[in-house]
Amino acid sequence: MVPQALFWVTLSLLTYAAARVLYRRMRFPLLHPVLVTIAVVIAVLRVTGTQYAAYMVGGRFISFFLGPSVVALGVPLYLRLKEMKESAPAVLTAVLFGSTVGIVSVVTPALLLGTPELLVRSMAPKSVTTPIAIVVSEAIGGDASLTAAMVVVTGILGAVIGPLVLRLVGVVHPIAFGLAMGSAAHGIGTARALEEGSLHGAAAGLGICICGVMTSILTPPIVGLLIR
Amino acid sequence: MLGGLGILLLFLSIGEAASALGIGLPGNVVGMLLLTAALALGIVRVERVRQATDVLLDNLAFLFVPPGVGVMVHFGVLGRSWVALSVAVLISTVAVLVVTGVVTQWLLRRGGRWFAQPGNER
Repeated sequence: MVPQALFWVTLSLLTYAAARVLYRRMRFPLLHPVLVTIAVVIAVLRVTGTQYAAYMVGGRFISFFLGPSVVALGVPLYLRLKEMKESAPAVLTAVLFGSTVGIVSVVTPALLLGTPELLVRSMAPKSVTTPIAIVVSEAIGGDASLTAAMVVVTGILGAVIGPLVLRLVGVVHPIAFGLAMGSAAHGIGTARALEEGSLHGAAAGLGICICGVMTSILTPPIVGLLIR
Repeated sequence: MLGGLGILLLFLSIGEAASALGIGLPGNVVGMLLLTAALALGIVRVERVRQATDVLLDNLAFLFVPPGVGVMVHFGVLGRSWVALSVAVLISTVAVLVVTGVVTQWLLRRGGRWFAQPGNER
């Protein structure tokens, strides 16, 4: 590894470790460790005049593990397979509603507020995991890297406000909680759901999967109807 | 731990290969479903992968740091429409959370009988 790459990985890792300790002490949702780490790393990159591409020489060693981590979600899913099978009709129905609402409710306000069309198309699949979102975005004429950015922003937002919102509307069932977190905030929401319990986490992993599939099918026709 | 990671990478590779054939799902999601199936069918024993998956899932959020830092590349475009973007993403994220969570819980509690075994709800 070149020294620069070593530095950026070390900075990301240590900042995250410190941010996690801080988060556990303070229990303040806005101090989400991913949010804090991204802010610190961007600040250091800005101050030192470093390009994102230079950061990614090291950063790609970290993001490489995203692939096997999504595969790893198969374990909580397997361990809770019985519960998941039993709730399959409820789960499928709810995510069908959830993913439809997810597309309509981001495209409509964005259009009404005069957001450029490329941006609207790029953010339509914002709730789903990056590899799915990028494919969907390109299919409807969005920009892949803009989509990746919106996906992470959405994930952090969902992880931060999710538990609060769900408590406000009285969602306490572990499967309902997890499914909502995975559907709204993909992997980052799932990480948050895993903190609550294994059934929450299993449902969230399933949410990533089902919401991803439904969003990839539903986005092109819905966006076609809303943007003329 | 290393063997487990190897198994995960193997399933990821199979998933990527299947995805390349054009089944409309990304390779990592296919890999996840294949791993679940392999565990359920007893092809892979859960103890073999457990250590690796625990480490990865305990630190899942950290892996989103590099793509998150990528937001800086788009500060210009995002900055120009940040109010509209924030409003839209906030409304939509709350909407997905509420609709998915409430509908799931409502169906699980109320409907229970026609799809879930009695005594499953809590």
